[in-house]
Amino acid sequence: MALDLSGKKYAQVSYEEKERLFNEVKADLRYEEYLYGCYECGICVAACPSARFYDFSPRKIAQAVAREDIDLVYTLMNDSIWDCSQCFSCDRCPRKNSPGGIITIMREVAVKNGLASAQAALEGYGRVVYKIMSTGTQVSPDMLQPSAFPDWGPHVKEISNNLDVWRRALPPETLHTTETGWQVDDKTLIELYLIWHMTGVMDMIKEVDEGLFMILQDVMEERLEEAGYDVSFE
Amino acid sequence: MIPSEALISKAKDRQFTRDPERAPTEDFHDILFDLEKEGEWEVQRVPEPYVEVETKYGRKKKIPLQHTWHHKSCGQCGHIPGYSTSIFWINRKLGFDYIDPTDQTSCTAWNYYASATSNAAAQAAVAMRNFAAAAETSYFPIIHCGTSFGHYKETRQQLIHSPELRRQVRDILKRLGKKFVIPEEIVHYSEWVHAVRDRIAEHQTRNMSMIRATVHPACHYHKLIAEDAVYDPEIYGAQRSAIITGTLKAIGVEVADYSTWFDCCGFGFRHILVSRDFSRSFATMRKIEVMKEEANPDVTVTHDTGCVTTLDQSQFAAQAHNRNVGVPVMSDSQIAALAMGAHPYKVLQLHWHSTDNKPFLQKVGIDTDKAWQEFEAAVEKLKSGEQQYLTWEDADA
Ligand code: SF4
Ligand code: SF4
Repeated sequence: MALDLSGKKYAQVSYEEKERLFNEVKADLRYEEYLYGCYECGICVAACPSARFYDFSPRKIAQAVAREDIDLVYTLMNDSIWDCSQCFSCDRCPRKNSPGGIITIMREVAVKNGLASAQAALEGYGRVVYKIMSTGTQVSPDMLQPSAFPDWGPHVKEISNNLDVWRRALPPETLHTTETGWQVDDKTLIELYLIWHMTGVMDMIKEVDEGLFMILQDVMEERLEEAGYDVSFE
Repeated sequence: MIPSEALISKAKDRQFTRDPERAPTEDFHDILFDLEKEGEWEVQRVPEPYVEVETKYGRKKKIPLQHTWHHKSCGQCGHIPGYSTSIFWINRKLGFDYIDPTDQTSCTAWNYYASATSNAAAQAAVAMRNFAAAAETSYFPIIHCGTSFGHYKETRQQLIHSPELRRQVRDILKRLGKKFVIPEEIVHYSEWVHAVRDRIAEHQTRNMSMIRATVHPACHYHKLIAEDAVYDPEIYGAQRSAIITGTLKAIGVEVADYSTWFDCCGFGFRHILVSRDFSRSFATMRKIEVMKEEANPDVTVTHDTGCVTTLDQSQFAAQAHNRNVGVPVMSDSQIAALAMGAHPYKVLQLHWHSTDNKPFLQKVGIDTDKAWQEFEAAVEKLKSGEQQYLTWEDADA
């Protein structure tokens, strides 16, 4: 679908609200390292995989942000940033911008503020967020199910049928796992939960996916309590 | 008008030299040590013996040979476990001492780039917690994943430049009872493979000279904090990163070029999970088909989880559309281990890969039916309860 940059789509959102979000982007500690201006040369677009397949342009993002076009930044933050592949091919920018890096910050602000677009972008993604935040490893062997990867061919079924025994057929001891990529110590996991707690990540999750937040909260609080910590994610 | 000879003739008197002063960022080593002197953190030194290599602008980078702590990769270990198995196997064959820790989490960067449900402080704290865990063992971290590698370098950059972030992370680590310690270098495993490539070649038992390969350098290896990636004048005149290509050359593989080498694989972090049509199209149309048409390789070799996954798995559905695909995908550790005689299934674990790799293995002189029967026999012992796990000794049997 073509990207609507007319500004009409979000006309009902107040300028102050759009400005508040933009100021949050600018306040990020990485912002100054990621944006120096824009020559409008298009080198980032030439390198960008997402620009080949979507109505998406890192140049537009860099320009809108550099010009401080509050309305346009708001539209891009809602309708464009999730197309980025975060490959950082655009880092070859001669002006030393990192459009991909600016997008990282914009995504974070979109999540933190629970923008509808962020919620939509993360739909169907909760399972993965749950996995990393609760187990400490992101991709587990048991995710290799034919229902999840129908386009990866019949070998996915073969793997899932043989999962337990093929994992035991791995010589490194740490890899005999099916629910996590490798064996993660309990103590390590507790430390990870404390990090999520101390850095406000749980608050971010709450903004975009209340259900996921509650499941994670249960798992983490119970484990932390067992380990002798009195921590609440509320 | 410019005379046409000037356009087509080679510049005779120009020589390319690298100047560390021209790197886009200041030399982080000095800053790490200055901050250490100021009591901000400790720096974990690269243990001896190490190999010194050069990075993009000619700065030196130390690659430890052994006493390494292997920071594993969620995708490698979950989807392509033979990747890590091969790294460990090479270490063992070279007689190197290493730790495969359980006190390690994912770097969490995949999730971060895909969903943005994290923030700079959390990401830095996860990184530094893992580094502290490595330092506790006195072994030096080697990062298996391209994304963890790139992301940790970004994190290092942020920590260097933000006293506030350092304070936040120091406080968190204090609460966890951990030291605030940063490694002197952030080393990717393929840099280690590159550094030991001559030793790998010395231990080579399989002839690879009939193999032609293409290389896909991982974006997060050479595009994020590009000035810290390894470059070598002997390899593409130091115009591209040297890892993988250097290793392949050392084991006698012919490396063939193709025009879209700089393109990403199509992984996209969120795309591979929720917009796979994008990943499939990009991987097959911009990478695999171009390689096939321009270089016709027996295999394509890369050094990151996401790249192996995307390039390999995307080819299945593309076949249904009669696309010109069918190139097996492997990591440099797998192909290096293969050259050293590793078993294609017990060590390389190639049955987890999707694209048919048998023609490639047969070209290397492997009887694939026999090798598969050997693996099945080992699995049978696990199924019957005769044995619980496959051991390193079994893998070499
Ligand atoms: S990081 Fe995003 S904007 Fe930059 S090249 Fe990659 S896909 Fe394009
Ligand atoms: S490469 Fe840099 S300067 Fe050129 S258009 Fe993109 S952001 Fe602007």
